[in-house]
Amino acid sequence: MVSPPKLRLENLSKTFTTDNGDFVALAASNLDIPAGRFVSLIGPSGCGKTTIFNIVAGLLPPTTGRVLIDGEDATGFIGQVGYMLQKDLLLPWRTVLDNVALGMEIKGTPLKEARERALPLIQRYGLGGFEHQHPSALSGGMRQRAALLRTLLIDMDVILLDEPFGALDAQTKSKLQEWLLGLFNDFGRTVVFVTHDVEEAIYLSDEIHVMASKPGRIVEALPIDLPRPRHRSVVTTPRFMAMKKYCLDLLHDQDPQRSAA
Amino acid sequence: MHFTGNGIMSLAFPTSLAPRDAEATPPATTEQAAPRPGKSARRRLPVSRNWPTSIVMLVQMVILVGFIALWEISAAYKLIDPFFWSRPSAIWSTLLIFFTEGDAFTDIGFTFRSTIIGFVLGTLAGAALGLSMWWSRNYASIVQPYIICLESIPKLALAPLIILVFGMGLASKVAIATALTLVVSALTAYSGVQSVDKDQERLFYSLGASRWQVFTKLVAPTCVPWIISILRVNIGLALTGSIVGEFVAFQHGLGRTILYAGTTYDIALVWVAVLVLSILSIIMYASVSWLESVLKRNMAY
Ligand SMILES: Nc1ncnc2c1ncn2[C@@H]1O[C@H](COP(=O)(O)OP(=O)(O)OP(=O)(O)O)[C@@H](O)[C@H]1O
Ligand SMILES: [Mg+2]
Repeated sequence: MVSPPKLRLENLSKTFTTDNGDFVALAASNLDIPAGRFVSLIGPSGCGKTTIFNIVAGLLPPTTGRVLIDGEDATGFIGQVGYMLQKDLLLPWRTVLDNVALGMEIKGTPLKEARERALPLIQRYGLGGFEHQHPSALSGGMRQRAALLRTLLIDMDVILLDEPFGALDAQTKSKLQEWLLGLFNDFGRTVVFVTHDVEEAIYLSDEIHVMASKPGRIVEALPIDLPRPRHRSVVTTPRFMAMKKYCLDLLHDQDPQRSAA
Repeated sequence: MHFTGNGIMSLAFPTSLAPRDAEATPPATTEQAAPRPGKSARRRLPVSRNWPTSIVMLVQMVILVGFIALWEISAAYKLIDPFFWSRPSAIWSTLLIFFTEGDAFTDIGFTFRSTIIGFVLGTLAGAALGLSMWWSRNYASIVQPYIICLESIPKLALAPLIILVFGMGLASKVAIATALTLVVSALTAYSGVQSVDKDQERLFYSLGASRWQVFTKLVAPTCVPWIISILRVNIGLALTGSIVGEFVAFQHGLGRTILYAGTTYDIALVWVAVLVLSILSIIMYASVSWLESVLKRNMAY
Protein backbone atom coordinates (compact mmCIF):
# COMPACT_ATOMS: atom_id res chain seq x y z
CA MET A 1 0.00 0.00 0.00
CA VAL A 2 1.31 3.41 -0.96
CA SER A 3 1.45 5.85 1.93
CA PRO A 4 -0.68 8.97 1.37
CA PRO A 5 1.00 12.30 0.59
CA LYS A 6 1.75 14.56 3.52
CA LEU A 7 -0.58 17.22 2.25
CA ARG A 8 -3.28 16.73 -0.34
CA LEU A 9 -5.66 19.32 -1.71
CA GLU A 10 -8.62 17.55 -3.20
CA ASN A 11 -10.81 19.42 -5.62
CA LEU A 12 -10.32 22.54 -3.53
CA SER A 13 -12.06 25.75 -4.61
CA LYS A 14 -13.10 29.05 -3.14
CA THR A 15 -15.72 31.49 -4.37
CA PHE A 16 -16.16 34.79 -2.55
CA THR A 17 -19.55 36.42 -2.62
CA THR A 18 -19.02 40.13 -3.01
CA ASP A 19 -21.26 43.11 -3.69
CA ASN A 20 -20.72 42.79 -7.42
CA GLY A 21 -21.44 39.10 -7.67
CA ASP A 22 -19.48 35.94 -7.07
CA PHE A 23 -15.75 35.96 -7.46
CA VAL A 24 -13.87 32.74 -8.08
CA ALA A 25 -10.62 33.22 -6.17
CA LEU A 26 -9.65 29.59 -6.67
CA ALA A 27 -11.07 27.19 -9.24
CA ALA A 28 -11.18 23.52 -8.26
CA SER A 29 -7.56 22.50 -7.75
CA ASN A 30 -5.72 19.35 -6.82
CA LEU A 31 -2.27 19.17 -5.31
CA ASP A 32 -0.24 16.40 -3.69
CA ILE A 33 2.81 17.22 -1.63
CA PRO A 34 4.95 14.31 -0.41
CA ALA A 35 6.54 14.43 3.02
CA GLY A 36 9.83 16.28 3.46
CA ARG A 37 9.58 18.31 0.31
CA PHE A 38 10.05 21.97 -0.33
CA VAL A 39 7.34 23.11 -2.70
CA SER A 40 6.80 26.62 -4.04
CA LEU A 41 3.68 28.26 -5.40
CA ILE A 42 4.30 31.13 -7.76
CA GLY A 43 1.83 33.20 -9.67
CA PRO A 44 0.59 36.72 -10.26
CA SER A 45 -0.88 38.78 -7.47
CA GLY A 46 -4.45 37.78 -6.72
CA CYS A 47 -4.22 34.25 -8.11
CA GLY A 48 -5.28 32.74 -4.80
CA LYS A 49 -2.02 31.75 -3.12
CA THR A 50 -2.93 33.23 0.24
CA THR A 51 -6.44 31.86 -0.19
CA ILE A 52 -5.04 28.32 -0.48
CA PHE A 53 -2.96 28.85 2.65
CA ASN A 54 -5.88 30.24 4.61
CA ILE A 55 -7.97 27.20 3.68
CA VAL A 56 -5.21 24.74 4.58
CA ALA A 57 -4.66 26.54 7.90
CA GLY A 58 -8.38 26.22 8.66
CA LEU A 59 -8.95 29.98 8.71
CA LEU A 60 -11.23 29.98 5.68
CA PRO A 61 -13.84 27.38 4.75
CA PRO A 62 -13.42 26.15 1.17
CA THR A 63 -16.39 26.32 -1.19
CA THR A 64 -15.73 22.79 -2.38
CA GLY A 65 -13.11 20.15 -1.70
CA ARG A 66 -11.05 18.87 1.18
CA VAL A 67 -7.65 19.27 2.75
CA LEU A 68 -6.00 16.00 3.74
CA ILE A 69 -2.97 15.73 5.99
CA ASP A 70 -1.46 12.24 6.12
CA GLY A 71 -4.63 11.03 4.44
CA GLU A 72 -6.85 12.39 7.19
CA ASP A 73 -9.44 15.06 6.61
CA ALA A 74 -8.12 18.30 8.09
CA THR A 75 -10.55 20.72 6.40
CA GLY A 76 -11.59 23.49 8.75
CA PHE A 77 -9.30 22.47 11.62
CA ILE A 78 -6.98 25.12 12.98
CA GLY A 79 -3.55 24.48 14.43
CA GLN A 80 -2.78 21.51 12.15
CA VAL A 81 -0.02 23.28 10.20
CA GLY A 82 2.57 25.95 10.90
CA TYR A 83 1.55 29.07 9.01
CA MET A 84 3.61 32.19 8.61
CA LEU A 85 1.33 34.90 7.31
CA GLN A 86 2.35 37.53 4.81
CA LYS A 87 3.25 39.93 7.67
CA ASP A 88 5.52 39.03 10.58
CA LEU A 89 2.83 39.95 13.16
CA LEU A 90 5.19 40.00 16.11
CA LEU A 91 3.43 41.24 19.23
CA PRO A 92 4.95 44.60 20.21
CA TRP A 93 4.48 44.04 23.95
CA ARG A 94 6.34 40.73 24.03
CA THR A 95 10.08 40.29 23.94
CA VAL A 96 11.63 38.52 20.97
CA LEU A 97 12.00 35.41 23.08
CA ASP A 98 8.36 35.44 24.15
CA ASN A 99 7.26 36.12 20.59
CA VAL A 100 9.17 33.10 19.37
CA ALA A 101 7.72 31.06 22.22
CA LEU A 102 4.14 32.19 21.51
CA GLY A 103 3.26 29.28 19.26
CA MET A 104 4.42 26.67 21.78
CA GLU A 105 2.66 28.54 24.57
CA ILE A 106 -0.62 28.41 22.68
CA LYS A 107 -0.09 24.73 22.01
CA GLY A 108 -0.01 24.26 25.77
CA THR A 109 3.70 24.19 26.57
CA PRO A 110 4.34 26.01 29.87
CA LEU A 111 5.95 29.38 29.17
CA LYS A 112 9.12 28.53 31.05
CA GLU A 113 9.70 25.38 29.05
CA ALA A 114 8.81 27.13 25.80
CA ARG A 115 11.42 29.78 26.55
CA GLU A 116 14.02 27.15 27.31
CA ARG A 117 13.41 25.55 23.95
CA ALA A 118 13.33 28.83 22.05
CA LEU A 119 16.46 30.39 23.53
CA PRO A 120 19.12 28.16 21.93
CA LEU A 121 17.43 28.46 18.53
CA ILE A 122 17.27 32.24 18.80
CA GLN A 123 20.98 32.27 19.50
CA ARG A 124 21.82 29.74 16.86
CA TYR A 125 19.81 31.36 14.11
CA GLY A 126 21.13 34.86 14.27
CA LEU A 127 19.03 36.63 16.88
CA GLY A 128 21.43 36.18 19.78
CA GLY A 129 21.60 39.19 22.08
CA PHE A 130 18.13 40.34 21.04
CA GLU A 131 16.10 37.77 22.97
CA HIS A 132 15.09 40.25 25.67
CA GLN A 133 14.51 43.15 23.30
CA HIS A 134 11.14 44.07 21.91
CA PRO A 135 10.41 43.62 18.21
CA SER A 136 10.71 47.35 17.58
CA ALA A 137 14.46 46.95 18.09
CA LEU A 138 14.76 44.45 15.23
CA SER A 139 15.52 45.03 11.57
CA GLY A 140 13.14 43.74 8.92
CA GLY A 141 15.25 40.65 8.31
CA MET A 142 15.46 39.85 11.99
CA ARG A 143 11.72 40.22 12.40
CA GLN A 144 11.20 37.68 9.63
CA ARG A 145 13.60 35.30 11.35
CA ALA A 146 11.72 35.63 14.62
CA ALA A 147 8.39 35.02 12.88
CA LEU A 148 9.83 32.01 11.06
CA LEU A 149 11.23 30.54 14.27
CA ARG A 150 7.87 30.99 15.95
CA THR A 151 6.29 29.03 13.10
CA LEU A 152 8.90 26.26 13.12
CA LEU A 153 8.89 25.78 16.87
CA ILE A 154 5.34 24.53 17.06
CA ASP A 155 6.55 21.21 15.65
CA MET A 156 4.06 20.84 12.85
CA ASP A 157 5.08 18.62 9.96
CA VAL A 158 3.66 20.98 7.37
CA ILE A 159 4.87 24.58 7.23
CA LEU A 160 3.21 27.22 5.07
CA LEU A 161 5.28 30.31 4.33
CA ASP A 162 3.53 33.20 2.61
CA GLU A 163 6.09 35.45 0.94
CA PRO A 164 8.34 35.49 3.99
CA PHE A 165 11.06 37.48 2.24
CA GLY A 166 8.86 39.63 0.02
CA ALA A 167 9.61 42.95 1.68
CA LEU A 168 13.36 42.50 2.17
CA ASP A 169 16.31 43.94 0.29
CA ALA A 170 18.24 41.61 -2.00
CA GLN A 171 21.18 41.08 0.33
CA THR A 172 19.12 40.27 3.42
CA LYS A 173 16.90 38.11 1.30
CA SER A 174 19.71 35.92 0.02
CA LYS A 175 21.09 35.61 3.52
CA LEU A 176 17.73 34.47 4.82
CA GLN A 177 17.34 32.04 1.94
CA GLU A 178 20.55 30.31 3.02
CA TRP A 179 19.29 30.39 6.55
CA LEU A 180 15.96 28.86 5.54
CA LEU A 181 17.71 26.13 3.55
CA GLY A 182 19.79 25.39 6.64
CA LEU A 183 16.66 25.20 8.75
CA PHE A 184 14.97 23.00 6.17
CA ASN A 185 17.89 20.58 6.29
CA ASP A 186 18.00 20.65 10.10
CA PHE A 187 14.30 20.28 10.74
CA GLY A 188 13.19 18.14 7.81
CA ARG A 189 9.68 19.52 7.50
CA THR A 190 7.36 19.68 4.54
CA VAL A 191 7.41 23.27 3.36
CA VAL A 192 4.99 25.09 1.08
CA PHE A 193 6.42 28.41 0.07
CA VAL A 194 4.78 31.32 -1.72
CA THR A 195 6.87 33.85 -3.57
CA HIS A 196 6.81 36.22 -6.49
CA ASP A 197 10.49 35.70 -7.08
CA VAL A 198 11.10 32.94 -9.64
CA GLU A 199 14.80 32.68 -8.86
CA GLU A 200 14.07 32.29 -5.18
CA ALA A 201 11.52 29.58 -5.93
CA ILE A 202 13.91 27.55 -8.09
CA TYR A 203 16.81 27.97 -5.72
CA LEU A 204 14.87 26.73 -2.69
CA SER A 205 12.39 24.18 -4.03
CA ASP A 206 12.08 20.56 -5.03
CA GLU A 207 8.98 21.40 -6.99
CA ILE A 208 7.28 24.54 -8.27
CA HIS A 209 3.60 24.94 -8.99
CA VAL A 210 2.81 27.80 -11.31
CA MET A 211 -0.56 29.44 -10.82
CA ALA A 212 -2.70 31.68 -12.97
CA SER A 213 -5.43 34.16 -12.07
CA LYS A 214 -9.01 34.84 -13.14
CA PRO A 215 -9.93 32.31 -12.00
CA GLY A 216 -7.10 31.37 -9.67
CA ARG A 217 -5.78 27.90 -10.52
CA ILE A 218 -2.67 25.75 -10.68
CA VAL A 219 -1.51 25.48 -14.28
CA GLU A 220 1.74 23.56 -14.21
CA ALA A 221 4.01 21.57 -11.93
CA LEU A 222 7.77 21.76 -12.48
CA PRO A 223 10.13 19.40 -10.70
CA ILE A 224 13.43 21.08 -9.80
CA ASP A 225 16.03 18.34 -9.89
CA LEU A 226 19.03 20.37 -8.81
CA PRO A 227 21.08 18.36 -6.30
CA ARG A 228 21.13 19.35 -2.64
CA PRO A 229 22.82 20.83 -0.75
CA ARG A 230 22.75 23.72 -3.15
CA HIS A 231 25.34 26.38 -3.42
CA ARG A 232 24.58 29.95 -4.39
CA SER A 233 26.58 29.55 -7.59
CA VAL A 234 23.91 27.19 -8.90
CA VAL A 235 21.92 30.22 -10.06
CA THR A 236 24.40 30.88 -12.86
CA THR A 237 24.35 27.34 -14.30
CA PRO A 238 22.68 26.86 -17.69
CA ARG A 239 20.15 24.42 -16.21
CA PHE A 240 19.05 26.96 -13.65
CA MET A 241 18.83 29.67 -16.28
CA ALA A 242 16.76 27.46 -18.55
CA MET A 243 14.32 26.67 -15.76
CA LYS A 244 14.07 30.29 -14.83
CA LYS A 245 13.34 31.28 -18.40
CA TYR A 246 10.71 28.56 -18.68
CA CYS A 247 8.97 29.76 -15.51
CA LEU A 248 9.06 33.38 -16.52
CA ASP A 249 7.59 32.51 -19.91
CA LEU A 250 4.84 30.54 -18.24
CA LEU A 251 3.98 33.46 -15.96
CA HIS A 252 4.22 35.87 -18.83
CA ASP A 253 1.86 33.83 -21.02
CA GLN A 254 -0.89 34.13 -18.45
CA ASP A 255 -0.69 37.88 -18.54
CA PRO A 256 -4.40 38.66 -19.01
CA GLN A 257 -3.62 41.23 -21.70
CA ARG A 258 -1.96 38.58 -23.84
CA SER A 259 -4.09 35.50 -23.42
CA ALA A 260 -7.39 35.75 -25.23
CA ALA A 261 -9.31 33.83 -22.59
CA MET B 1 26.98 81.48 -9.85
CA HIS B 2 29.96 82.73 -7.89
CA PHE B 3 28.48 83.55 -4.51
CA THR B 4 26.41 80.78 -2.94
CA GLY B 5 26.36 78.58 -5.95
CA ASN B 6 28.80 76.09 -4.52
CA GLY B 7 26.13 73.89 -3.07
CA ILE B 8 24.10 73.72 -6.20
CA MET B 9 27.09 72.91 -8.35
CA SER B 10 28.28 70.20 -6.02
CA LEU B 11 24.84 68.65 -5.82
CA ALA B 12 24.61 68.46 -9.56
CA PHE B 13 28.16 67.23 -10.00
CA PRO B 14 29.13 65.44 -6.84
CA THR B 15 32.61 64.68 -8.12
CA SER B 16 34.61 67.06 -6.02
CA LEU B 17 34.35 66.99 -2.27
CA ALA B 18 35.80 70.40 -1.57
CA PRO B 19 32.79 72.54 -2.55
CA ARG B 20 30.54 70.37 -0.44
CA ASP B 21 32.60 70.91 2.63
CA ALA B 22 32.50 74.58 1.86
CA GLU B 23 28.74 74.44 1.82
CA ALA B 24 28.55 72.72 5.15
CA THR B 25 29.93 75.86 6.80
CA PRO B 26 28.87 78.76 4.60
CA PRO B 27 30.55 82.07 5.40
CA ALA B 28 28.09 84.19 7.32
CA THR B 29 28.65 87.28 5.22
CA THR B 30 27.59 85.84 1.90
CA GLU B 31 24.25 84.98 3.39
CA GLN B 32 22.80 88.47 3.41
CA ALA B 33 24.80 89.55 0.41
CA ALA B 34 22.95 87.18 -1.86
CA PRO B 35 19.59 88.53 -2.92
CA ARG B 36 18.03 86.11 -5.33
CA PRO B 37 15.19 87.57 -7.30
CA GLY B 38 12.17 85.35 -7.59
CA LYS B 39 13.33 82.93 -4.94
CA SER B 40 12.30 82.84 -1.33
CA ALA B 41 14.85 84.05 1.20
CA ARG B 42 17.32 81.51 2.54
CA ARG B 43 16.17 80.59 5.96
CA ARG B 44 17.58 78.54 8.79
CA LEU B 45 15.55 76.18 10.91
CA PRO B 46 14.26 78.39 13.73
CA VAL B 47 15.82 77.36 17.00
CA SER B 48 14.32 78.68 20.19
CA ARG B 49 16.75 79.00 23.05
CA ASN B 50 15.37 77.34 26.16
CA TRP B 51 15.82 79.09 29.46
CA PRO B 52 17.14 76.96 32.28
CA THR B 53 14.43 75.52 34.52
CA SER B 54 15.56 77.66 37.45
CA ILE B 55 14.87 80.87 35.54
CA VAL B 56 11.51 79.60 34.33
CA MET B 57 10.56 78.73 37.90
CA LEU B 58 11.78 82.09 39.14
CA VAL B 59 9.57 83.89 36.64
CA GLN B 60 6.63 81.71 37.67
CA MET B 61 7.23 82.54 41.36
CA VAL B 62 7.44 86.24 40.57
CA ILE B 63 4.11 86.08 38.75
CA LEU B 64 2.46 84.20 41.62
CA VAL B 65 3.79 86.49 44.33
CA GLY B 66 2.90 89.52 42.24
CA PHE B 67 -0.65 88.25 41.78
CA ILE B 68 -1.12 87.60 45.49
CA ALA B 69 0.34 91.00 46.38
CA LEU B 70 -1.90 92.74 43.85
CA TRP B 71 -4.93 90.96 45.31
CA GLU B 72 -4.02 91.91 48.88
CA ILE B 73 -3.29 95.53 47.98
CA SER B 74 -6.44 96.05 45.93
CA ALA B 75 -8.48 94.56 48.75
CA ALA B 76 -6.74 96.83 51.29
CA TYR B 77 -7.46 99.93 49.19
CA LYS B 78 -11.02 98.76 48.45
CA LEU B 79 -10.36 98.49 44.72
CA ILE B 80 -12.18 95.16 44.96
CA ASP B 81 -14.75 94.33 47.58
CA PRO B 82 -13.03 92.07 50.15
CA PHE B 83 -16.44 90.85 51.28
CA PHE B 84 -17.00 89.06 47.98
CA TRP B 85 -13.42 88.41 46.92
CA SER B 86 -11.82 87.92 50.32
CA ARG B 87 -8.07 88.57 50.56
CA PRO B 88 -4.94 86.39 50.74
CA SER B 89 -4.18 87.24 54.37
CA ALA B 90 -7.70 86.28 55.45
CA ILE B 91 -7.51 83.10 53.37
CA TRP B 92 -4.23 82.17 55.00
CA SER B 93 -5.56 82.55 58.55
CA THR B 94 -8.72 80.65 57.61
CA LEU B 95 -6.52 77.91 56.17
CA LEU B 96 -4.64 77.60 59.46
CA ILE B 97 -7.89 77.46 61.42
CA PHE B 98 -9.37 74.95 58.96
CA PHE B 99 -6.46 72.61 59.53
CA THR B 100 -5.95 73.16 63.27
CA GLU B 101 -9.53 73.55 64.56
CA GLY B 102 -11.78 72.64 61.63
CA ASP B 103 -12.46 69.19 60.20
CA ALA B 104 -10.04 69.53 57.30
CA PHE B 105 -8.84 65.96 57.47
CA THR B 106 -12.32 64.48 57.76
CA ASP B 107 -13.38 66.47 54.70
CA ILE B 108 -10.30 65.63 52.69
CA GLY B 109 -10.55 61.97 53.64
CA PHE B 110 -14.21 61.84 52.69
CA THR B 111 -13.74 63.42 49.27
CA PHE B 112 -10.59 61.42 48.63
CA ARG B 113 -12.22 58.12 49.50
CA SER B 114 -15.31 58.55 47.37
CA THR B 115 -13.18 59.75 44.45
CA ILE B 116 -10.76 56.84 44.59
CA ILE B 117 -13.45 54.19 45.07
CA GLY B 118 -15.51 55.67 42.25
CA PHE B 119 -12.43 55.90 40.03
CA VAL B 120 -11.40 52.29 40.58
CA LEU B 121 -14.94 50.90 40.31
CA GLY B 122 -15.82 52.92 37.23
CA THR B 123 -12.60 52.20 35.41
CA LEU B 124 -12.59 48.48 36.15
CA ALA B 125 -16.27 47.91 35.48
CA GLY B 126 -16.14 50.05 32.35
CA ALA B 127 -13.06 48.28 31.02
CA ALA B 128 -14.67 44.90 31.74
CA LEU B 129 -17.84 45.96 29.95
CA GLY B 130 -15.87 47.22 26.94
CA LEU B 131 -13.70 44.11 26.78
CA SER B 132 -16.71 41.81 27.11
CA MET B 133 -17.93 43.16 23.81
CA TRP B 134 -15.15 41.26 22.05
CA TRP B 135 -16.76 37.95 22.87
CA SER B 136 -19.83 38.29 20.73
CA ARG B 137 -20.42 40.63 17.85
CA ASN B 138 -24.18 40.28 18.29
CA TYR B 139 -23.99 41.22 21.94
CA ALA B 140 -21.74 44.16 21.05
CA SER B 141 -24.07 45.53 18.43
CA ILE B 142 -27.04 45.21 20.79
CA VAL B 143 -25.29 46.86 23.74
CA GLN B 144 -23.37 49.58 21.93
CA PRO B 145 -26.26 51.99 21.21
CA TYR B 146 -27.31 51.82 24.86
CA ILE B 147 -23.84 52.73 26.02
CA ILE B 148 -23.77 55.66 23.63
CA CYS B 149 -27.15 56.80 24.96
CA LEU B 150 -25.82 56.57 28.51
CA GLU B 151 -22.83 58.60 27.43
CA SER B 152 -25.05 61.38 26.15
CA ILE B 153 -27.09 61.66 29.37
CA PRO B 154 -25.70 64.47 31.51
CA LYS B 155 -25.12 62.21 34.48
CA LEU B 156 -24.59 65.06 36.92
CA ALA B 157 -28.21 66.03 36.35
CA LEU B 158 -29.15 62.66 37.83
CA ALA B 159 -27.30 63.45 41.05
CA PRO B 160 -30.43 64.20 43.12
CA LEU B 161 -31.96 60.90 41.97
CA ILE B 162 -28.80 58.98 42.83
CA ILE B 163 -28.78 60.56 46.30
CA LEU B 164 -32.37 59.42 46.78
CA VAL B 165 -31.47 55.86 45.84
CA PHE B 166 -28.09 55.56 47.54
CA GLY B 167 -28.67 57.81 50.53
CA MET B 168 -26.76 60.76 51.94
CA GLY B 169 -23.55 58.92 52.76
CA LEU B 170 -20.47 57.74 50.92
CA ALA B 171 -22.37 55.33 48.67
CA SER B 172 -24.12 58.05 46.68
CA LYS B 173 -20.88 59.99 46.04
CA VAL B 174 -19.18 56.79 44.91
CA ALA B 175 -22.15 56.04 42.67
CA ILE B 176 -21.95 59.42 40.92
CA ALA B 177 -18.17 59.15 40.49
CA THR B 178 -18.60 55.62 39.12
CA ALA B 179 -21.36 56.66 36.74
CA LEU B 180 -19.19 59.41 35.32
CA THR B 181 -16.16 57.17 34.71
CA LEU B 182 -17.78 53.88 33.74
CA VAL B 183 -19.25 54.84 30.42
CA VAL B 184 -16.13 56.58 29.13
CA SER B 185 -14.03 53.61 30.16
CA ALA B 186 -16.37 51.17 28.44
CA LEU B 187 -16.33 53.12 25.19
CA THR B 188 -12.55 53.46 25.29
CA ALA B 189 -12.01 49.78 26.00
CA TYR B 190 -14.38 48.94 23.17
CA SER B 191 -12.35 51.14 20.82
CA GLY B 192 -9.35 49.11 21.93
CA VAL B 193 -11.22 45.89 21.13
CA GLN B 194 -12.04 47.21 17.69
CA SER B 195 -8.41 48.10 17.09
CA VAL B 196 -7.29 44.49 17.47
CA ASP B 197 -5.44 43.58 14.28
CA LYS B 198 -7.45 41.02 12.28
CA ASP B 199 -4.25 39.47 10.94
CA GLN B 200 -2.89 39.05 14.44
CA GLU B 201 -6.11 37.31 15.34
CA ARG B 202 -5.64 35.01 12.35
CA LEU B 203 -2.10 34.29 13.46
CA PHE B 204 -3.40 33.18 16.86
CA TYR B 205 -6.08 30.98 15.33
CA SER B 206 -3.60 29.53 12.84
CA LEU B 207 -1.61 28.38 15.85
CA GLY B 208 -4.74 26.64 17.08
CA ALA B 209 -5.57 29.13 19.85
CA SER B 210 -8.79 28.97 21.85
CA ARG B 211 -10.95 32.07 22.16
CA TRP B 212 -9.82 32.46 25.76
CA GLN B 213 -6.17 32.41 24.66
CA VAL B 214 -6.86 35.04 22.00
CA PHE B 215 -8.62 37.13 24.62
CA THR B 216 -5.94 36.94 27.29
CA LYS B 217 -2.87 37.00 25.07
CA LEU B 218 -4.01 39.33 22.30
CA VAL B 219 -7.17 41.31 22.99
CA ALA B 220 -6.47 42.30 26.58
CA PRO B 221 -2.85 43.39 25.97
CA THR B 222 -3.97 45.37 22.92
CA CYS B 223 -6.52 47.22 25.05
CA VAL B 224 -4.19 47.98 27.94
CA PRO B 225 -2.76 51.19 26.46
CA TRP B 226 -6.30 52.33 25.63
CA ILE B 227 -7.37 51.80 29.22
CA ILE B 228 -4.23 53.45 30.56
CA SER B 229 -4.92 56.46 28.38
CA ILE B 230 -8.28 56.97 30.08
CA LEU B 231 -6.95 56.88 33.67
CA ARG B 232 -6.04 60.57 33.86
CA VAL B 233 -9.36 61.65 32.43
CA ASN B 234 -11.16 59.37 34.85
CA ILE B 235 -9.51 60.69 37.99
CA GLY B 236 -10.73 64.18 37.10
CA LEU B 237 -14.22 62.89 36.35
CA ALA B 238 -14.38 60.93 39.59
CA LEU B 239 -13.40 63.99 41.60
CA THR B 240 -16.06 66.06 39.84
CA GLY B 241 -18.62 63.37 40.61
CA SER B 242 -17.75 63.31 44.29
CA ILE B 243 -17.87 67.09 44.64
CA VAL B 244 -21.23 67.35 42.91
CA GLY B 245 -22.53 64.59 45.14
CA GLU B 246 -21.42 66.57 48.17
CA PHE B 247 -23.06 69.71 46.83
CA VAL B 248 -26.37 67.91 46.65
CA ALA B 249 -26.27 66.03 49.94
CA PHE B 250 -24.74 67.74 52.96
CA GLN B 251 -22.65 65.71 55.32
CA HIS B 252 -18.90 65.84 54.86
CA GLY B 253 -16.34 66.58 52.23
CA LEU B 254 -14.67 69.51 50.57
CA GLY B 255 -17.62 70.02 48.26
CA ARG B 256 -19.92 70.36 51.23
CA THR B 257 -17.47 72.81 52.83
CA ILE B 258 -17.48 74.98 49.71
CA LEU B 259 -21.25 75.04 49.53
CA TYR B 260 -21.63 75.67 53.26
CA ALA B 261 -19.04 78.47 53.27
CA GLY B 262 -20.70 80.06 50.25
CA THR B 263 -24.14 80.12 51.80
CA THR B 264 -22.73 81.68 54.98
CA TYR B 265 -20.68 84.26 53.02
CA ASP B 266 -17.44 82.86 54.43
CA ILE B 267 -15.61 83.58 51.17
CA ALA B 268 -12.18 82.95 52.65
CA LEU B 269 -13.27 79.41 53.53
CA VAL B 270 -14.53 78.89 49.98
CA TRP B 271 -11.08 79.78 48.71
CA VAL B 272 -9.44 77.53 51.28
CA ALA B 273 -11.58 74.56 50.27
CA VAL B 274 -10.99 75.25 46.57
CA LEU B 275 -7.26 75.47 47.24
CA VAL B 276 -7.19 72.21 49.19
CA LEU B 277 -9.30 70.57 46.51
CA SER B 278 -6.89 71.70 43.80
CA ILE B 279 -3.95 70.31 45.71
CA LEU B 280 -5.80 67.03 46.24
CA SER B 281 -6.59 66.95 42.55
CA ILE B 282 -2.98 67.65 41.58
CA ILE B 283 -1.72 64.91 43.89
CA MET B 284 -4.17 62.36 42.51
CA TYR B 285 -3.45 63.43 38.94
CA ALA B 286 0.29 63.12 39.52
CA SER B 287 -0.14 59.68 41.11
CA VAL B 288 -2.19 58.46 38.17
CA SER B 289 0.39 59.85 35.73
CA TRP B 290 3.04 58.01 37.65
CA LEU B 291 0.96 54.82 37.61
CA GLU B 292 0.53 55.29 33.89
CA SER B 293 4.25 55.58 33.26
CA VAL B 294 4.97 52.53 35.41
CA LEU B 295 2.35 50.50 33.57
CA LYS B 296 3.63 51.69 30.22
CA ARG B 297 7.18 50.81 31.09
CA ASN B 298 6.24 47.34 32.24
CA MET B 299 4.13 46.74 29.17
CA ALA B 300 6.95 48.11 26.99
CA TYR B 301 4.85 50.42 24.88
N1 LIG C 1 -12.58 38.00 1.89
C1 LIG C 1 -12.54 38.19 0.55
N2 LIG C 1 -13.63 38.65 -0.09
C2 LIG C 1 -13.61 38.85 -1.42
N3 LIG C 1 -12.56 38.64 -2.20
C3 LIG C 1 -11.43 38.19 -1.63
C4 LIG C 1 -11.36 37.94 -0.21
N4 LIG C 1 -10.12 37.50 0.08
C5 LIG C 1 -9.47 37.47 -1.09
N5 LIG C 1 -10.24 37.86 -2.12
C6 LIG C 1 -9.85 37.93 -3.54
O1 LIG C 1 -9.36 36.68 -3.91
C7 LIG C 1 -8.27 36.82 -4.81
C8 LIG C 1 -7.11 35.99 -4.33
O2 LIG C 1 -6.60 36.56 -3.15
P1 LIG C 1 -5.26 36.05 -2.49
O3 LIG C 1 -5.03 36.87 -1.27
O4 LIG C 1 -5.34 34.59 -2.31
O5 LIG C 1 -4.19 36.43 -3.60
P2 LIG C 1 -2.62 36.14 -3.58
O6 LIG C 1 -2.36 35.18 -4.68
O7 LIG C 1 -2.19 35.76 -2.22
O8 LIG C 1 -2.08 37.56 -3.99
P3 LIG C 1 -0.76 38.31 -3.46
O9 LIG C 1 0.36 37.70 -4.23
O10 LIG C 1 -1.00 39.72 -3.86
O11 LIG C 1 -0.67 38.12 -2.00
C9 LIG C 1 -7.95 38.30 -4.88
O12 LIG C 1 -8.40 38.79 -6.13
C10 LIG C 1 -8.72 38.91 -3.77
O13 LIG C 1 -9.22 40.15 -4.14
MG1 LIG D 1 -1.05 36.73 -0.72
